[in-house]
Amino acid sequence: MSNLDKYPALTLVPKSDVAQSAKDFKSDQEVRWCPGCGDYSILSTVQGFMPDLGIAKENIVFVSGIGCSSRFPYYMNTYGFHSIHGRAPSIATGLSVSRPDLSVWVITGDGDALSIGGNHLIHALRRNVNLKILLFNNRIYGLTKGQYSPTSEQGKITKSTPMGSLDYSFNPVSLALGAEATFVARSLDSDRKHLTSVLSAAAAHEGTALIEIYQNCNIFNDGAWDPLKENETADDLMIRLEHGQPIRFGKDGAKGVIRTGDGHIAIANVAEVGEDALLRHDAHAQDPGLAFALSRLSDTHTLQDTPIGIFRDVQRPSYDRLAREQLADALEQKGPGDLQSLVRGKDTWVVA
Amino acid sequence: MTKQVVQVSKVVIRFAGDSGDGMQLTGDRFTTETAGLGNDLKTLPDFPAEIRAPAGTIPGVSAFQLHFADHLIATPGDEPDVLVAMNPAALKANLKLLRRGGDLIVNTDEFTKRALEKVGYTANPLEDGSLEEYQVHPVALTSMTVEALKDFDLTKKEAERAKNMFALGMLSWLYSRPSEGTLEFLKAKFGKKPEILKANIAAFEAGWSFGETTEGFSVQYEVAPAAMPAGVYRNISGNLALSLGLVAAGQLSNLPVFLGSYPITPASDILHELSKHKNFGVTTFQAEDEIAGIGSAIGAAYGGALALTTTSGPGVALKSEAIGLAVMTELPLVIIDVQRGGPSTGLPTKTEQSDLLQAMFGRNGEAPVPIVAPQSPSDCFFAAIEAARIAIEYRTPVFLLSDGYLANGSEPWKVPDVADLPAIDANFATELNHENADGSMDFWPYLRDPQTLARPWAVPGTKGLEHRIGGIEKAEGTGAISYDADNHDKMVRLRQAKVDAIAQTIPELTVDDPTGDAKVLVIGWGSTFGPIAGACKLVRDGGGSVAQAHLRHINPFPANLGSVLAKYDRVIVPEMNLGQLNMLLRAKFLVDTVNYNQVRGLPFKSDELAGVINDVRASL
Ligand code: SF4
Repeated sequence: MSNLDKYPALTLVPKSDVAQSAKDFKSDQEVRWCPGCGDYSILSTVQGFMPDLGIAKENIVFVSGIGCSSRFPYYMNTYGFHSIHGRAPSIATGLSVSRPDLSVWVITGDGDALSIGGNHLIHALRRNVNLKILLFNNRIYGLTKGQYSPTSEQGKITKSTPMGSLDYSFNPVSLALGAEATFVARSLDSDRKHLTSVLSAAAAHEGTALIEIYQNCNIFNDGAWDPLKENETADDLMIRLEHGQPIRFGKDGAKGVIRTGDGHIAIANVAEVGEDALLRHDAHAQDPGLAFALSRLSDTHTLQDTPIGIFRDVQRPSYDRLAREQLADALEQKGPGDLQSLVRGKDTWVVA
Repeated sequence: MTKQVVQVSKVVIRFAGDSGDGMQLTGDRFTTETAGLGNDLKTLPDFPAEIRAPAGTIPGVSAFQLHFADHLIATPGDEPDVLVAMNPAALKANLKLLRRGGDLIVNTDEFTKRALEKVGYTANPLEDGSLEEYQVHPVALTSMTVEALKDFDLTKKEAERAKNMFALGMLSWLYSRPSEGTLEFLKAKFGKKPEILKANIAAFEAGWSFGETTEGFSVQYEVAPAAMPAGVYRNISGNLALSLGLVAAGQLSNLPVFLGSYPITPASDILHELSKHKNFGVTTFQAEDEIAGIGSAIGAAYGGALALTTTSGPGVALKSEAIGLAVMTELPLVIIDVQRGGPSTGLPTKTEQSDLLQAMFGRNGEAPVPIVAPQSPSDCFFAAIEAARIAIEYRTPVFLLSDGYLANGSEPWKVPDVADLPAIDANFATELNHENADGSMDFWPYLRDPQTLARPWAVPGTKGLEHRIGGIEKAEGTGAISYDADNHDKMVRLRQAKVDAIAQTIPELTVDDPTGDAKVLVIGWGSTFGPIAGACKLVRDGGGSVAQAHLRHINPFPANLGSVLAKYDRVIVPEMNLGQLNMLLRAKFLVDTVNYNQVRGLPFKSDELAGVINDVRASL
């Protein structure tokens, strides 16, 4: 399959005229995350994935906010912009809207995207700007040394909450679905294969793609996602969503998701309800209802019944494209602007 | 009956009515008719922040002042010669402004007991002798409009709405203004509603013939055209001129224009205007908030656009951190602040110059930003181009400080030949620029131009120049992250030196001192130019001498400013704030300036300022 077919959203981005490898995407900067941080594996997966896009390296831009994850652009040998706390989506929006020939990626964290930058995130999603947003969720503030974040489970004991945090947490996938997102997915820092497949689907998507990546901060919140990573527990806890497939998980696929009589969804024992009763995952469904219901299954504390994969992937013209079309229409209707006649205006008089 | 025609050299008219009475439209139309006649003019719309405050109340009064003359004038006029008061609230709110002996045209229909009580009149001022000092012209404006429209298929309310056209027709007759333009305008506005169109025209004509026939007006006035340099003229407001200047800057630099903005009074009109010019390659983005407005602009600047963000004082406060980012990343960006009364929400529709120090210093760290200020509505055009030039050539955010008075005020403007406007060279980086010891080449994003100290602008998509920028301190040259103390000290000084170096490309400050022997200098910035010029003229007309200088560039100052200030025994600094330029001048030049300040939401009155100048002259 040619790159063009695989990534229709990148048709306006110039193709690379040389073969690329992961090495080409490594910058000369020394990586300064804590040893063992989950950010390393995400960086390596992204660097390994980039050549698959087949686009010119100089037409790729990584934009980030502030936080541990936001150092990411320094380590990519592409164009990069490490901006200010929470504002990366706005900066990336201006860049993407004015430059259709670029592939623009946003790197953010749970504090950056959901706390200080929450407003920009939801508006980027509803506009469907052509951005691929990777939200590294470690459920903690790392760079400021360990305060609870908007995704921390309620009751979290941290430096700023010695008696436990009081805030109820955000579920980034639910939030994005509520914000009219056209592409929402979740993956894990340590699952290179899964993360790569989600990155690929996001890159192919026209408009905003939000990928929540469960990331381990081994210094301030070590093991936050371990139940989903350890062989003994992962199968039982994690629901792998695959488009068109029955939603089934657990040891030997013993469990599945069904629609209950009252219209809700629930986890059921396949042996009891039968395979035909299982819901089939439809990421392309226009109605986000089922995707939202799936995002609500998981327990914030135990991580029981946590779906990963692509929740939603639907078509809607990107803001960038619509903005571009308006410029083109104006040009067609009015012709190229004539500055002298604009400055002169309509109501003039002559002084002899 | 033919009436006597009297020639007058200048007139100040103030239209005042309820927000729903259409006074701004009436004023605009009268202005356009006046401009077409070749008078010089200045306007001052003065409207409330509320869209429609309760009808008939003082907060709901909206006014429009117009000064026109057969000679060049500097201001919208200190005192109206004529006040048109559409209701008791308008009378109460504006009477104190009217010149003693001035003409007062009152819509008597609205002077009902209830309406009078609403604004606290215990007796009808039209009957209690309290208006004896004025030439009162009582006109039953509403009922005559309704009467004139009785044959139309309109409700009473619709008919009453046309009373502003009756008033316009009447005033147009009184000052011998041509009516064709207004008729054309109405046709364009109400073309799709023929009944309303006919009614408005009928109301206008009824007002005109009422003026002609009533005994209430014994004379008709004429104001001869002013002698102005030959050329094609138009009338223009500051916000419009500023918008056109920004479009022009895009053309002159051959860059696409990107505006990221969040609606805010009194800057929103620039967003509205620029959104009409997509065929000039102008993209406007209405962001979710002020921060995203500037954030998107910074992103577009990184991508190689002429990036703009428009706002007013409260928005600047929200953008501060992002402005610091633009300083650190050294990207071109024009920040347009149309100043209004502050602090906080303050007086959204009133003018003030109180954001100067915010523009100068309102950021964390040492974050110098150049400041350019237009001095009149039409000058906003050229100031916008200048701000864009500095931003692009020096790779820096630039403040363009307009204000509410410039934004909404208007004046005739000799349309420039765009071929005479200066080209701006974006000069994108396309090549590797640093040779390593081993002879290999690199791209250093912070290697500076020795003359301007500007860094290269290498936009994404440029092969081989991939680099990363951000808000963390940069190593000189390479632009890599650096926490080194000496490097930081050096970079802080370099960023300041770059802004200081702009003084090399800005014109020297000129002084207007016709007699050449003035001992007092009046120096200002921004929209006070007209009132200061008016005051200096009054002083000079009275036989005194005074010098005037006006700053377009406030950061950096023109190179000769210190020597100009040193030449005078006294320097007066009038400002619509509590002395912000004054503070900068004192700090930088150690001059014992005389501070003159007003923060009344309105431009200075020239005669008051002339009094101040004369007091200072007398004290020498
Ligand atoms: S503090 Fe946590 S998130 Fe930050 S670099 Fe260290 S391990 Fe990674």
